Amino acid sequence: MSKYLPLWPDQASTMAGQVDALYIYLLLVAGVMTGLIYIAVTVLAIKYRRKPGQDAHQIEGSTILEITWSIIPFGVMLTFFIWGAVLYFKERTPPADSTEVYVVAKQWMWKVEHMEGQREINQLHVPTGQDIKLIMTSQDVIHSFFIPAFRIKQDVLPGRYTTAWFKATKPGRYHLFCAEYCGTNHSGMGGDIVVMEPQEYAVWMAGGPSAPLPETGKQLFASLGCSTCHRFDVQGRGPNLQGVYNKPVLLEDGRTVIADENYVRESILNPTAKIVSGFKPVMPTFQGIVSDEQLNALVAYVKSLNQPPTGTAGLQQPAAAPAQPQNTQVQ
Amino acid sequence: MASAAIPANQTPKTNYLTNGYGLKSWLLTTDHKRIAVLYLISVTVFFFLGGFFAMLIRLELLTPQGDLMQADSYNKVFTMHGMIMVFFFLIPVVPAVLGNFLVPIMIGAKDLAFPRINLLSWYLYIIAGTLFLHCMLIGGVDTGWTFYTPYSTVGSNTNVVEAGLAVFIAGFSSIFTGLNFIVTIHRMRAPGLTWDRLPLFIWANYATSIIMVLGTPVVAITIVLVAVERLFHLGIFDPKLGGDPLLFQHLFWFYSHPAVYIMILPSMGVVSELITCFSRKRIFGYKFIALSSVAIAVLGFLVWAHHMFVAGISLYAAMIFSFLTFFIGVPSAIKVFNWTATLYRGSISYATPMLYAFGFIGLFTIGGLTGLFLATLGIDVHVTDTYFVVAHFHYVMVGGVLMGYLGGMHFWWPKISGRMYPEGWAKLSALLVFVGFNLTFFPQFILGYVGMPRRYWQYPDEFQVLNVLSTAGSSVLAVGYLLPMIYFLWSLRYGPIAEANPWNAAGLEWQTTSPPPTFNFDETPVVTWEAYNYDEIAPKELEAPVGR
Repeated sequence: MSKYLPLWPDQASTMAGQVDALYIYLLLVAGVMTGLIYIAVTVLAIKYRRKPGQDAHQIEGSTILEITWSIIPFGVMLTFFIWGAVLYFKERTPPADSTEVYVVAKQWMWKVEHMEGQREINQLHVPTGQDIKLIMTSQDVIHSFFIPAFRIKQDVLPGRYTTAWFKATKPGRYHLFCAEYCGTNHSGMGGDIVVMEPQEYAVWMAGGPSAPLPETGKQLFASLGCSTCHRFDVQGRGPNLQGVYNKPVLLEDGRTVIADENYVRESILNPTAKIVSGFKPVMPTFQGIVSDEQLNALVAYVKSLNQPPTGTAGLQQPAAAPAQPQNTQVQ
Repeated sequence: MASAAIPANQTPKTNYLTNGYGLKSWLLTTDHKRIAVLYLISVTVFFFLGGFFAMLIRLELLTPQGDLMQADSYNKVFTMHGMIMVFFFLIPVVPAVLGNFLVPIMIGAKDLAFPRINLLSWYLYIIAGTLFLHCMLIGGVDTGWTFYTPYSTVGSNTNVVEAGLAVFIAGFSSIFTGLNFIVTIHRMRAPGLTWDRLPLFIWANYATSIIMVLGTPVVAITIVLVAVERLFHLGIFDPKLGGDPLLFQHLFWFYSHPAVYIMILPSMGVVSELITCFSRKRIFGYKFIALSSVAIAVLGFLVWAHHMFVAGISLYAAMIFSFLTFFIGVPSAIKVFNWTATLYRGSISYATPMLYAFGFIGLFTIGGLTGLFLATLGIDVHVTDTYFVVAHFHYVMVGGVLMGYLGGMHFWWPKISGRMYPEGWAKLSALLVFVGFNLTFFPQFILGYVGMPRRYWQYPDEFQVLNVLSTAGSSVLAVGYLLPMIYFLWSLRYGPIAEANPWNAAGLEWQTTSPPPTFNFDETPVVTWEAYNYDEIAPKELEAPVGR
């Protein structure tokens, strides 16, 4: 790629080649169509230019032609739709065993937290060959997390999580842009995605000082007093949180929701929004009490409760965790 | 042709321009033609103001660093550019200028159904425009023309409410225009002018009016909600107050996507008039072109969320909206194919209006096809919110709408002003616009795919060459747009007097004098022929081009 006249973006993720393949297909079809119309207009305009003694020949139209040039383009467009939808499904569906990274956007910076506790600002270090799932939220207005070299983009909203994922393939340093206009320094709200070989990455990661994110969450869980109601040993005033993450939860109003990241988040900030069946709306809101970073740690902790006691982060589970007691649901 | 209301060679003593000279005779007029001229003057002012902001944007982007102005100023400049061009130029331009002038004449009516409401709609436009100019002078607004929440409700500390009010009022101006057109087209057609004999320009304005009447109230309500949240902190869109920011995007695009059809449909109508006249042909597939306008108006309401594929809507919602978006590609394609087919075995002249019609087909084809890229989900994720989108909608809205408008202005200028424009200069400007346009916006497709986000005040160095190309092109484009204004003004005094029908065109507007009398026709015409009956009208046989 030319440094001064880039005509094609870097391909640095597994998705990049797939997006480019579809793009090239679209370019070809669009190129052929444009060519046909330009040639047709030019040829007809020259061939039938006004000449003395040669009148126009009137033609009313042709239903067969109309149907033909409606159906054929629509058929071609259907191929765009299907290929595009399949690709989009991949882009929007992170593999189940992805490494999770939390991203908090604010005017005008990107804050990144790794599960191991590493924190970065306007930078994201990732290894090649690993599925990375980004769990993102914004503290203020809407931003958009855009890495051209990976062909991914996802708006980052206040008040909820959105996710994106990628698997980097080529070590290097790539642009991170904010793609949704967010005020004064929108164009400065960028940074670098640093893709490293796994060994290098391990060295970089080992240099980090902080505690793992779920561990931070566990401490918060205790210090904020969550553990007094959400107990693991006996039935507390709130549901036992073990094993609830990503499972269906029956609500007091009869609906069932999946206890995903957004549900856990909402249950902390706005506990009475979706009450778990069999519980009372007694939990106070933590809106304004926990920051977005602390929320991420709490969510990471709740998620870690799904893992067996020998989990990677080494979080101990209560010794006599009952298999699936009644009301094991988040409130 | 049968039943000419006024013989072409007989000039009446007064026409609409000479019927009263004072300022009052203009500002209190209910003559649709005078109101069209009032609109012409006002939208031209806004066009050049919006164009001035466009030049500031292009100049800032000459260098990667933000050096011409501050970041905040740049954000205001692109916001002003967008709001002025969308709400005060593109939406009113063809319906309120050409439509206002031509809809009654083309259907053989004396005026629109509600002449006073028509004047009111211009006054609302002027009030809205003045309010917007005031808003600009006291510091402007920086939300982008899209007003995305929660930035517009809690993030921005600029004059969002006043700008919103201006857009709100301008919306009512277009609702009134739409209402007037619908009633007029239904109720006031000349005897014999059945729906299948209507000029396609009328069909296009009819479809546009439906969108104006049904869509505009939604954006008006949305803007009120933004103002309510901003002023009274009622939680509607801001999640901190319990609102939902995506709700705004749904409401906004429910109007603003159909709004792009408000802009393009009337220009498509113009192109149908131009291509038939300058190839001396009946239009190929009349019914399909007419109904495709209506199809676009209806389908246009079902595709709004294709602006939101990365906004956080559900996977399956995105798929449905992508699918529906491809549907709307069909009626647009039908039009392009039919125009091309109309050229076949025609007798084609290269008069300026026809050059603009060719330009329209050329630019709209690229604009339309790149729209398919954006409708394709897997591609949209990468290119949305980049310069690819900027290039795409400029190809449609500027390439399409403006080519149609300028083509129409040249075509009907003799009718509006009673004078001919200078053909040589006009051809030069058509060429400059086409070339300058492609130089400006084609590099932006590449820029978008390599990853430059839109609304950027500064950018990484490697994007500079493409930005310089774009800025260079915009200077050519600017000359192309300035030229017509100069020679149109020049022609008012020095242009040759126009005949009633300088193009030997079909259509009732050519059967009255140039300029028409105040009530358009001395006696109501009776229509016994289909539109574009060019086999019954002799062309201007290879005379020296008129107006040279």
